[in-house]
Amino acid sequence: MTTNARTEATPMHMPAERIVPQSDLYETPSSTVRTPDAEPRPARIVARKVNVFYGAKQALFDVSIDIPERAVTAFIGPSGCGKSTFLRCLNRMNDTIEGCRVTGTIRLDGADIADPALDPVELRARVGMVFQKPNPFPKSIYENVAYGPRIHGLARARADLDAVVESSLRKAGLWGEVKDRLNEPGTGLSGGQQQRLCIARAIAVSPEVILMDEPCSALDPIATARIEELIDELTQNFTIVIVTHSMQQAARVSQRTAFFHLGNLVEEGPTDMIFTGPLEKRTQDYITGRFG
Amino acid sequence: MNAQERLSLIRAGLSARHAREKRFRLYGVAAIAAALGFVAILFGMILVRGLPAFTQATLSLDVAFDPAILKVEDKPQRREGQSPAEFRKALLDWERKVTMLNFNRIVEQAVRAAAPGTTADARQALSIVETNARFQLRDMVVADPGLIGRTVRVDMLASANADNWLKGNIDRSLPDAQQQLSAPARALADQLHADGRIRFAFAWHIFTNVDSRSAPAAAGLAGAFVGSLYMMLVVIVLAVPIGVMSAVYLEEFAPKNRFTDLIEVNINNLAAVPSIVFGLLGAAVFINWFRLPLSAPLVGGLVLTLMTLPTVIIATRSALRAVPPSLRQAALGLGASRTQTVFHHVLPVTYPGILTATIIGVAQALGETAPLLLIGMNAFVAQVPATPLDQSTALPVQIYLWQGNENRNFFEARTSAAIIVLLALMLTLNAIAIFLRTRLEKRA
Ligand SMILES: Nc1ncnc2c1ncn2[C@@H]1O[C@H](COP(=O)(O)OP(=O)(O)OP(=O)(O)O)[C@@H](O)[C@H]1O
Ligand SMILES: [Mg+2]
Repeated sequence: MTTNARTEATPMHMPAERIVPQSDLYETPSSTVRTPDAEPRPARIVARKVNVFYGAKQALFDVSIDIPERAVTAFIGPSGCGKSTFLRCLNRMNDTIEGCRVTGTIRLDGADIADPALDPVELRARVGMVFQKPNPFPKSIYENVAYGPRIHGLARARADLDAVVESSLRKAGLWGEVKDRLNEPGTGLSGGQQQRLCIARAIAVSPEVILMDEPCSALDPIATARIEELIDELTQNFTIVIVTHSMQQAARVSQRTAFFHLGNLVEEGPTDMIFTGPLEKRTQDYITGRFG
Repeated sequence: MNAQERLSLIRAGLSARHAREKRFRLYGVAAIAAALGFVAILFGMILVRGLPAFTQATLSLDVAFDPAILKVEDKPQRREGQSPAEFRKALLDWERKVTMLNFNRIVEQAVRAAAPGTTADARQALSIVETNARFQLRDMVVADPGLIGRTVRVDMLASANADNWLKGNIDRSLPDAQQQLSAPARALADQLHADGRIRFAFAWHIFTNVDSRSAPAAAGLAGAFVGSLYMMLVVIVLAVPIGVMSAVYLEEFAPKNRFTDLIEVNINNLAAVPSIVFGLLGAAVFINWFRLPLSAPLVGGLVLTLMTLPTVIIATRSALRAVPPSLRQAALGLGASRTQTVFHHVLPVTYPGILTATIIGVAQALGETAPLLLIGMNAFVAQVPATPLDQSTALPVQIYLWQGNENRNFFEARTSAAIIVLLALMLTLNAIAIFLRTRLEKRA
């Protein structure tokens, strides 16, 4: 399949809720996108024509997408299609990868995140990240959660820090399990607990956006269910982008879904519409399990 | 192919596979046994040779501080109106006079008193006592002039020759002409030993005395030990921060390009440079150019720092490389800066590795001899260096010097004793490294 393959299935007429990322539709960034319940939400992140190269190899082709505020956007697609790559663009984690080059514009609340005046450190305090494999620091549970607020100077007094740690662990649904062992190493928790600790660590700095790269892939169904519940609750305060390989998970937790294939964003729209009536044949094939 | 055939094929290969595995294990065990065997032989030989040197023939004599021989005025006291300088001069004058007294005669009389029937003449009687005995008695008198006129039991070292004779390091059947001690002196030594006046006592002075040529039995390692200590301090203070910082910069911050590749290759080359070359470099740069003093532990420490740096850098870099990238991502993803990521998260998990590498590097430097010879640390130095800029030797150099001493019979054991001290020091260092490592790993 070639890079311009997605032009072949341009629909003749489009319902208002459906957005196929066709670059000419995006000449001017839309400030709102429509959610399934037709309640308009402003776009938090607006990406336009993002290309990513690893050395000479291009991994993403002209990706344009709006990510709405206080909703869950799921990225799906076969392995190697560039979901993680695009996710890393959103908080400039790609900067830390040797030989990785990003073009195009990504705006967070209207401000270009590639602006040299914007410190990636500040950006990452606003756009937090949870990784596929739980990666707590080899320090105590308390220190894991307190680290972010401390380096950003968000809580200086010990009491403030204690409060942040407790509320973050509560939000991550971990408080009850660890409140008596805050000084034990975070690496001593179970996989699911570690992942919730990582989520607590991420929300402790009160980011506006949380990026999650396959946060449940190392977890059993029960731990997965807990994290999905957690994501649901977090939607009230945070904008969440989640990469997942599980269609069911995307259907369960997200309001919008974006389907990537071979470095292209094939289709993006309200989750139920993507799953019940995708406009693109490739999307249809993928969600019905015909490839990928 | 049916299941039966497949199974019989697998079984046919199985015994050969097991045999190969067994053989490989055997090779491993044999290699370890050989290595351990050689270590055991080495340590055993050194211990057998060196341990006797830690006890030394010591005379226990009733010394009569005879006022007829020790004729000296009273020790000066500070008088009214005397300036401190004047008083010090008077005291020094008095001490000089005490030094001029014939303490050898006192020693000789003490020996004779212990063995009344001896046929040995004065020289022969004195030849079984180490020559530093008179300084020992002098120091006693200087400290307490009241001793004059009294008789006191004093422990004195027997001479190296007497020690050799009594320990049996010398073939007793050799004719007089080939013996170090005269026949009456040998008889005297045997008699005193039989009477219990000569005992073999633990030789503390090996640790507290400095090297000595005139009184070999009283020679010790204190000067060399302190010299080595200063050098180790210099190495630790310089090599560790410089090495760790260079490694952190190269691994975490430096751009990966031709230039950093070149630096990496050169650091690896530096680790392979023979140590004597570092000595030449040290002599040229630190002594000829910077005009630092010869034989100084500071210069030795600088040279050893150059030698240790590559070890520390390479070990630190490999420790940093072993840190999983997920740890860095976790910190960066939270908004930690690169410096914070390195210093808060990456470096702490590498402490055990860095520590072990450092201590092994320092232990290596501690045992290094060749470069020190080229910067004059093989000089004979009969004092404990007060500062790293004073002249000094080092433990391995002291071993080298003693090994070359012409009194072979005595210094063979001494050399091994010095080796034991050096090895003990290194084993202690390694033990500390292991201890700290397990402590740090447990904490992490
Ligand atoms: N650090 C890197 N260096 C070079 N190429 C990379 C790097 N990371 C990713 N790629 C390439 O970029 C493409 C997209 O990778 P990415 O990790 O974004 O895929 P993904 O959709 O997240 O896949 P998965 O579902 O397996 O995680 C792949 O072809 C991959 O080989
Ligand atoms: Mg991925």
